[in-house]
Order: sequence, then C-alpha cells, then structure tokens
Amino acid sequence: MDRQIRRLGFAFVALFALLFAQVAYIQVFAANRIADEPANAARQIRAEYSVERGQILAADERTVLAESIKNPDPNSVYRFLRKYPGRELYGQLTGYYSRIYGLSGLEDAMNPYLSGTAPEFTAQNLTDILLGRPKVGGTVLTTIVPSLQRVARAALGSHQGAVVALDPGSGDVLAMYSNPGYDPNPLSTGTDQQINSAWNALISDPQRPLVSKAFQELYLPGSTFKLVTASAALENGWGPDKAWPNPHVLDLPQSSSTLQNFGNEICHVGTTTVTMAQAFEQSCNVTFGLIGLHLGAERLSAQAHRYGFCPILPPNQVTCAEPTIPFILPWNSGRFPESSYFNENLPKVALSAVGLDNDKQNPLQLALESAAIANGGLLYAPRLVTEVRDSAGRTIKLFDKQEYGRPITPHTADQMRQMMINVVTSGTGTAAQIPGTIVAGKTGTATNCGPVPNCNVPPNAWFTAFAPAGSGQTPTIAVAVIVLDGGDLGSEATGGRVAAPIAKQVLQAYLKG
Amino acid sequence: MSAVAVPAGAAQTRRARTGFGLLILAVAGSLLAYVLQGLGLHGEVPRNLAVYGVVFTGASLGGWLVIRYAARSADPALYPVAVLLGGLGLAMLYRLMDERGRVDIAQNQAIWLLIGLACFALTLLVVRDIRQLDAFTYTIGLAGIVLLLLPIVPGLGYEINGARLWVNFGFLQFQPAEFGRVLIVIFLASYLSQRRELLAAGVGRFGLPRVKDLGPLLLAWGTSLAVLLLERDVGASLLLFGVFVVMVWIATGRSSYLLLGIVLFAIGAYIGWLALPHIQERVVIWFHALDPKNVNGIGYQLAQGWFAFASGGTVGTGLGLGSPTFIPYVGSDFILAAFGEELGMLGVAGILLLYLVLIGRGLRIGVERQDSFGKLLAVGLTTVIGLQVFTIAAGVLRLIPLTGVPLPLVSYGGTSRVATFVILALLIRASAGAWYRERKGP
Repeated sequence: MDRQIRRLGFAFVALFALLFAQVAYIQVFAANRIADEPANAARQIRAEYSVERGQILAADERTVLAESIKNPDPNSVYRFLRKYPGRELYGQLTGYYSRIYGLSGLEDAMNPYLSGTAPEFTAQNLTDILLGRPKVGGTVLTTIVPSLQRVARAALGSHQGAVVALDPGSGDVLAMYSNPGYDPNPLSTGTDQQINSAWNALISDPQRPLVSKAFQELYLPGSTFKLVTASAALENGWGPDKAWPNPHVLDLPQSSSTLQNFGNEICHVGTTTVTMAQAFEQSCNVTFGLIGLHLGAERLSAQAHRYGFCPILPPNQVTCAEPTIPFILPWNSGRFPESSYFNENLPKVALSAVGLDNDKQNPLQLALESAAIANGGLLYAPRLVTEVRDSAGRTIKLFDKQEYGRPITPHTADQMRQMMINVVTSGTGTAAQIPGTIVAGKTGTATNCGPVPNCNVPPNAWFTAFAPAGSGQTPTIAVAVIVLDGGDLGSEATGGRVAAPIAKQVLQAYLKG
Repeated sequence: MSAVAVPAGAAQTRRARTGFGLLILAVAGSLLAYVLQGLGLHGEVPRNLAVYGVVFTGASLGGWLVIRYAARSADPALYPVAVLLGGLGLAMLYRLMDERGRVDIAQNQAIWLLIGLACFALTLLVVRDIRQLDAFTYTIGLAGIVLLLLPIVPGLGYEINGARLWVNFGFLQFQPAEFGRVLIVIFLASYLSQRRELLAAGVGRFGLPRVKDLGPLLLAWGTSLAVLLLERDVGASLLLFGVFVVMVWIATGRSSYLLLGIVLFAIGAYIGWLALPHIQERVVIWFHALDPKNVNGIGYQLAQGWFAFASGGTVGTGLGLGSPTFIPYVGSDFILAAFGEELGMLGVAGILLLYLVLIGRGLRIGVERQDSFGKLLAVGLTTVIGLQVFTIAAGVLRLIPLTGVPLPLVSYGGTSRVATFVILALLIRASAGAWYRERKGP
C-alpha cells in the first residue's frame, strides 16, 4: 500500500504543478495581455483611480502642474481626483487624465512612473503590500520654469501662436506655451456628461487647442529656414562675405516663374552684388534662392536633416515614423524633402532654400536650430523631464541630457551667431534688441497663400533668437515664436514686427532671472 | 506488525514545540491579513481588531490545548496550516463582504469557524482511537449514503443555483454531502481493509478484476451518478467517485481498478453531459468564457476571475486594494481569484503550497500508520481535501470546467468548514494513535 500512497503523493504534486504553471501563465507571462482586454476596462479604471497618482512638478520642485487629491466623496468608486492647478498654462504639457478619453501628454508618456507601475517601483510596491500601505505613484520633475511660462503666455496675449524656450546647454525646455491652451481639469474630473461636453467643445474648436502649436502642428518656415541654407553654405566653405549677384528677381530655371524678395523689394539698392551676411540681415529671398541653387538639393537636404528635419518624399508626405530628435512627448519635428524629390525640379530647390514649397516646422524645431548655433554646433535633444522620485523622495530615475548631433561645426556656429547678431542690431529683427544684452536672431514671415500670387491672407510671423550672444558669452536661452495669421497686424505683419517683440519679452524675463 | 514503543519524551516535546511555533506564526499571519485588509479598504486598522484578535487567538489556542491533552504525539503541522488557511479565508471574506456592505455574512463565517474548531475538539475528545470507527462498517456506510441522498427527500432538500444539495431542518440549513463524504471514507477504509486481500487476489480475464468483485465499485459509481443526476451536484459526484477509486487502488495495489475507474468516470461524465444541460453549458463556458459574446454574459464570472488573476500580477494589488467584488460569488467558488488579484501569484502559490503541506502530511500519516484501516482512512480523508482543492482551483484557473465546490477552510460555507475540521481531527487522531510508528523526526 505504501508504494501506492507515495505514487498518490507524486500525482498530487503533479496536479499542483499544473496549477502553479497556470497561475504563472495568467499572472505573469500573459498577465498584461489578459488584463488589457477591453472587457476588463471597468476594473482597470477603478484600479487606476485607487492609486494616488504622482505629482508633476515644475523645475522649482514646488509649483504643481498636476496632482491627485483624495475624492471628497467617500462613496465614489474613484478614490482620487486629478487636478491641474495651472489650468491651461501647462495643459498641453501635462495632457489630461481622462477615464473616458484616456491619457495624453506627460500623463501618458510618464504613466508607468506616475502610476507606480514602472519596474523601478517593484521593491517599493512589495514593501507597500507587506506593510499594507496603499500604492503611491512617483513624482515627475520637469524642466519648466513657471515664471517664464507665465511670461510666454502673457507675451502672446490674445495672439494665436506659440513660444518655445530652450536651454542650449542641455536641451531643457524652459517654457513651452501655445495659445489657445486648454484646461485639462474638466476632462479629468466630473461626471461622464461634464467630461463629454468639455471634450466636444475642445474638439470642435477651430483653433484646435488640444494640439500644441509649439510642437505638434507644422507650418511653412519661411525665412527662418535661411538658418539652414546659410549653415549649408558656410559648411560648404562659402563665407559670410562671399559676394553673390543681386538681381531684382530670381528667374527660376526650367520654368517661367520667378522668386522675389519680400514685398518685391530690392535687396541692398544700387549694388550689383551682395554678401551672404548682408542678404541674411535683410532676409533677401533672391540671394538665398540663388545660394540654394548653387548648393544643390543634396547638400541642402543633408543640412536640413542634420538639424533634425525629418526626410519626406512629397507629395505622398511619407512622414518619419519617429521624430528624428527624441523628446519625451510625441511631437512632430520639422520636415524637409529627400534630395531625390528635387530631381529635375530645380525651381523647388530655390523655393525650399527660403522655407517654402514642402518645408515644414514648428517653434520647437526652430528653437533647436537656434540652440545648436548658440551651443557652438552641438545640439542637445529637447528635455522636458529630469527626474522621477518615489513617494519617499528617493530618486528612482534620472533623465540625463542627451546629445543629439552636431549639425554644424563650431566655426560655422560662430559665423552664424555673428550674422544673427546683425539681424537684431541692424536688420529685420531690431524689435528684439535688449539694452545691455547682445541678442542673436532671425525673422521669418511665411505666406498662408499657398501658390496664389498677391493674396491678402495674413502671413504667419516667426522669430527665433538666443542670448546672451556676445563673443565669449555662453547663451543661456534660445527661443522660437510663431504668431499665426499676422497677429493684430493682419497682412501687414512680419516676423520682425509681430513675433520678435514676444521673443524679446521672454529673453528679457529669463536673463533678468 | 506491532505498536512500537516510541521513546516518548524527547520526540514529543520537540513536536509540541515545533507545532506551537507554527501555530504562533499562523495566528500572527491571520491577524496580519485581517489588519491589512482594513488598511487597504479604509486606510485604518479594523475597529474590532481587539475583539477579533482575542477570539481568534483564544479559539486557535483552545484547539491546540485539546490536541496537547487528547493527542499528545500528533502531527505538528496540520493544525497550524489549517488555522492559517482559515484565518486568511476569514480576512478575505471580511474584506469582500465589507465592500458589499454585508459584514454580517463574514461574522457569520467567523462563528462557523468557531463551530468548526468546537467540532474539531469534540471529535478528538470522543474518538480516542480511530479503530473505534472500524467497528461500525455498515452502519457508517448506510449513514453516509443517507446523508448524501438526503437533499433528494421532498420537503427537506432544496435547490440553490441549480444544484439540490441543501437540507433545511427549519432551524438549520446545511449540505449533508460534506459529512456524508467523511462517513463514506470511513466506511470504505473499514470495508476495504477487511476485503483488500480478497479483492487483490482475484484476477479475471485480461488481468481485470473478477465481475463479482466489481460490486463495490459499481455501487459507488451508482451512488455518484445518483448524486449527479438527482442533485445535479457535479462537484460532489466527482469527489465521491474520485475518492472511491483512489481508495480501492490503494487498498488492492491493482492499477486495473484505476483504469476501470477512469472508464466508468468517462461513461458517467458522458451520461451527465447528455442528461444535464448545465454541464454542457459549463463546458462551453470553459472554452469560450472570453469570447466577446460571452464575456459579459454566461462567461462573465469565469472571465472576471481570469481578469482578477491577471490584474493581480506577480505581487498583487495588496489586500483591500483590488476589485475582486466584480466577480459574482467571489466569496465561495472564486475566493482564490480574490487572493490572486490582491496577493498576486506569490499569494496564490503560498496558499496552494499550504494545501500541498496538508496533503503531504496527510499522506505521510497514511504511510506511517501500521494498520490497513488507519492507512486507508488517512489517505481517503487526505484525498477528499486534495481533490477538492484541485477541482475548484483548476476550475477557477480554467484548466478544467468549473464545478462549484468550496475551497476547504478558506471559502464561504459553514458546513464545509466544519466538515474539514472534522477531517483534520481524524487525521490528527490517526497520527497520534498507538498504531502510528514514527520513523524520523518531524
């Protein structure tokens, strides 16, 4: 009998081994797949709202961008409510945390940390379970400087547009605001009906407040693209003082059309030649169209892509799967065609060299160009989050600054800096002058007309700058501004008149400390 | 074979000390679970912790003292493991019922735990030697069958959830099958220990048992089928037949009985499939619980249990912090899923390991016993618990179709709790008798 009893024992061990294997399968190996089934949504939402989600803090580690507070209604199935004290000021950065519409922005990108599910929390979660403590998510520290963010909002005023401010030495995003913003609070708390009506109002708004103009929308760069064309020329050994022919208009090859200067003006009246530095200062399209044609599609494309513009092949608009420059939020980097697009289509090279045709960018892309120039040619990826801490204040994850590339040499950067200083001292960007500080900048005025000639639709105004830009000084801030549809100047608007004063306010506020 | 005079003193003291240490751990673990569910659910220590702690500790120590008094050299692990399983079960039931606003149901189960411990003590005090039970073979067998079939009696039995397994005496409702099973095991141990040589010796054609020896097997099969068809209780039927086949196999040492048992099981299962639509439905649910058309319909319970396990992951949400109340009948059939969600894979593995310890200790008692009756009784009782755990755990984990049997000592159910404590008392008694020979230390 004993032999049978032992065999019975083995049989039980085998049966229980089956149970253990199945438990391991459901709870570990297939756990995420099973738990994410749509039929389990109710449990997941409830579980999510049972965790005290971590805060999102500004760079000062005090200003709260997002926080979870205990639901005052003890009978609610949601134990915590998500609050955004800054309302629309940081809305497009934090994103929303909606039980109906899901997550966006940092709430989405940093969700494993905010909800405490990231692998880094395993030890803490185990301790919490053993001690019966409820799980608390991690705190996310951002690079945003609240005072500068407020200045950016105030400077934009009622203009539709956006401001991005970066630290060139690290890529840190100091401020990033797009007007109109949106308040994530009504999407994140309230009854289903309230959440739905807030959502419907936002998605039917023609100004698209849910989509950031700073880093998600894309616009024609206009003359700000001369930063790229000039860089390519300098890298090619054509210095700032090289003289170029100075016709009134540029006859485009292979076609009957022409490229004109802004307002059909003449660049440097009375001279037959003009240097690149002079043309840059006055933002002459004819000269840069010519430079573009001389550079050719290959070199122009390569320089644009080195600055982070994503290669596309119009008209299919094949976009980059991933933005070329890493960023913690899903964003759209600029776009510039692959060189093959220009094959036997020389006019488009000239147009692209002055930021027209299929060129695309947003203020974040433009700010990166300024930052690269300001930082001597070394480009850092934009960084919005520096650190995650657990509820006990211990650092559990650091995000180091990330070198992205070297789009230009230090020598080119130096020449670019000088040309940009001239734009502010005596060129199109004088509105950005700050007494006692040397500012380097570039204007842009991009038509909203498309191919229609002489239309009266107000243009988009661009400006980018960095400071302090004096020789031997280390620039601490690079900004880019866009004002849509001419702001309050309508069709009279230019980058220098509308966007530069906004950039100036942001620079000034930051440099004053 | 004769009773070996155990050098009592040292070994007994060591066992007692081990047992007491384990008991302290079990009580501490149970109370910790109780505190944690309160912290998780309400963020505070349960208000009645003092009362609960005193009663739980007192009752556990009471059972321990009875063992020390009535069964000195008993197995040291069985009782602490049972206390811990019971304590964890109560903590979870309290947590589940609290969330549903039915704390009274959990308190009810605490009282049933006390009744169970009382019956445990009573069994140990009344049955001073398990061979006493060997004397009433047929009386006990008859009583067992009567209890099994009692719910069929019109006016006495009634149905809950499609299975007729309850008896109502007006003042008392219970599931007689839980006790009927214990009596049947005692009867089988007694009957088989007397007949085992006869059964084992007879060989018919093809090495199969002779037809005249098949009587008991067919009788057990018939009873199981009756339970299945008349009471529609798949779980009880399965357990009964399973225990029977295992005991015949152990008694005779003949694998052909095992084979025959499997064949008869298959036939019985097929008859059940044909006769009972709800068995067919169980199989459909087993396969298709997560299909979109079932997941919020007939598959809801199984799917929610499945999701609970998955949502718990490796370490679980923590007691009181998950959402196991999404699962219908979570306190009875699906309590393992509640542990899965809140204590994770580690918690479920721990609970299953505790049962494996119970089974291991039970089988070891069977090996150590020197008399056939004692061996068969210990193995039979252990098999009842082991098969029951496997049936419900595998059902909830979707390894086999779900049959509603309680998870012994843990899930909701008064009769089951009491019956399991009686089984444990008998196992402990079997480990302390004169016919028990200790070979090694504990």
